[in-house]
Amino acid sequence: MSERRRPTAGTYAVLAIPVALLTVFFVIPLGMMLAASFYHRISGGFYEPAFELDSWRRLFSTVFIERAVFSIGISLLAGAVCIAIAFPFTYFLTRMRRRPHVALLILVLSALSLSEVIVGFTWSVLLGRAAGLSNILVWLGLMDEAVAYQPSFLAVLLGLSYIAFPYCVLTLYPSLTRLDREVTEAAQTLGASPWRTFWTVVVPISRPIILAGFLLVFVFTLGSYLIAAILGRPQHWTLSVFISDQASFNANVPFAAAMAIFLTALSLVVVGIVTLIESRTRSLA
Amino acid sequence: MDARGGLRLEGLVKRFGEVEAVAGVDLELPPGKLISFLGPSGCGKTTMLRMIAGLEQPTEGRVYLDDQDITDRPPHVRDIGMVFQTLALFPHLSVAGNIAYGMRIRGVDGAKTRSRVEELLELVSLGGLGDRRISQLSGGQRQRVATARALALEPRLFLLDEPLSALDANLREQLQVELRLLQQKLGITTIMVTHDQREAMTMSDLVVVMESGRIEQVGPPLEVYRRPATAFVARFIGSTNLLEGRAQANGRVLVKGAEFEVEGGLSDHEGDPVVISVRPEEAHLSVEDAAADNALAGTVVFVRDLGELFECYVDCGLEQNVVVAGSPRDRVPVEQGDRVTVRFPPEACVVVRA
Repeated sequence: MSERRRPTAGTYAVLAIPVALLTVFFVIPLGMMLAASFYHRISGGFYEPAFELDSWRRLFSTVFIERAVFSIGISLLAGAVCIAIAFPFTYFLTRMRRRPHVALLILVLSALSLSEVIVGFTWSVLLGRAAGLSNILVWLGLMDEAVAYQPSFLAVLLGLSYIAFPYCVLTLYPSLTRLDREVTEAAQTLGASPWRTFWTVVVPISRPIILAGFLLVFVFTLGSYLIAAILGRPQHWTLSVFISDQASFNANVPFAAAMAIFLTALSLVVVGIVTLIESRTRSLA
Repeated sequence: MDARGGLRLEGLVKRFGEVEAVAGVDLELPPGKLISFLGPSGCGKTTMLRMIAGLEQPTEGRVYLDDQDITDRPPHVRDIGMVFQTLALFPHLSVAGNIAYGMRIRGVDGAKTRSRVEELLELVSLGGLGDRRISQLSGGQRQRVATARALALEPRLFLLDEPLSALDANLREQLQVELRLLQQKLGITTIMVTHDQREAMTMSDLVVVMESGRIEQVGPPLEVYRRPATAFVARFIGSTNLLEGRAQANGRVLVKGAEFEVEGGLSDHEGDPVVISVRPEEAHLSVEDAAADNALAGTVVFVRDLGELFECYVDCGLEQNVVVAGSPRDRVPVEQGDRVTVRFPPEACVVVRA
């Protein structure tokens, strides 16, 4: 057995750098935001230190609750859409021959280099009337005249899923690469068609990683701001759009701060609940 | 005995790009027997097994099971049970869940499945462990689960791909005997891939020795051991002395000036190069230094006494030292540097293809 060495001053020094960075750029701003949520708003765009619950009370307004439910709903939906596409995609990707495998992987990962702004505006053009996809359908004679598919709920969902897809693939990829090929072959020698092998072996074995990918997309899209702003109508706005709208245009920083804190807490709660359900069913199985 | 499970391979070829893994194999295997594909790694034995299972598509040739052409059938409709080298157990299912998997896929009803699982657990001595998770089992127990799972649907063919390679030596020998007894009890046609000649000798009715994608020899294990067809087989199965000589007009072989009479006579023409294989335990040592037929004179280079067995290495002027082995009872008192004569009885001199 190797003796466990006591951490030296050097070990702490190395750790100090990320700890300091996290403190300065994450913990302190979060604390400032928490404080700001209790400040008093002065109409005209300013606020002053105070302790009042006005902003928090506003969280109980119908408008806000509606936005919160909508945001969580669309993010969960985006998570489901991403997993439904990314899981089979990644599985078949890892089963491909090396050359097409690598080529496809590079293609998917290159989508990571696109910023949210570019993705948002590209889809807004593609789904628009002037130069959008419907023009192709018209040209093919499948449609009488070009239409706009955005702004709409589906356009927002599409945009969010598109943005999150490569991250989802990246989460699933390592574990699916390591999935023992002989395990799926064993299922086939036991009478399972490739399709049933996928459902009775590949999916159940991958349940933890499917959940991880799903949660990643959920948290990631919950914080997305531009996609909903570009591709949606105000009724499709997510909480993030609403928050920035309050902070920048209505100049109500205390309310925006309260909503931001609430959003963070909410996403933690959802992640917690899903993880809890997973571990519960796991221990029962 | 059940006559199901006769297998015939015709002109089987498998190429992976430039590499020819299996280079034209014709083979007929009788039902109800245990057959080993034996050879060094990369000889094509696993590829052959995978083609029989349907996990690999042959480049050329056909596979017949009970005279039905199954070459183009995918694995899930081939009626086979297979134990994989990694065992490939399903980590998300319990022991019973693993064994019941095939029956669940076939839609066998619940009560029937449960009683069959119990029966199989007893068969592989795992009674009462059905609820365990795979991660809670030892290596030997996992091996037994994989065996039970493969046999659950009473397949026509039972395929084993180095099934015991993950186990330590003692357990491996024990499970070799267990697996063989199980196979004899069920009378199921079984094909096992192995690179371990002891394993093949212990378990098989028939050994198929392979090298570089081709079959070198097919036969019962003892026959393959006693009468190897090629120098490769002689070296791969057990150890051997290879004596190179030339055929003579009188039907004998001339090795280093000594005439050798060989088992079964000689069919080669005068002057042809001939290779003779003699097992170390068939050769004898004597201390007198007299030239005779079927004997070579030499100097003792090294003596290894292992208690149960002694081995003597003799330099007879050949490329390699001649090895003479025997039980301690037959031990001739020799020491390093002694002049000795090694005798090779004619019935032990087997002519092999180079």
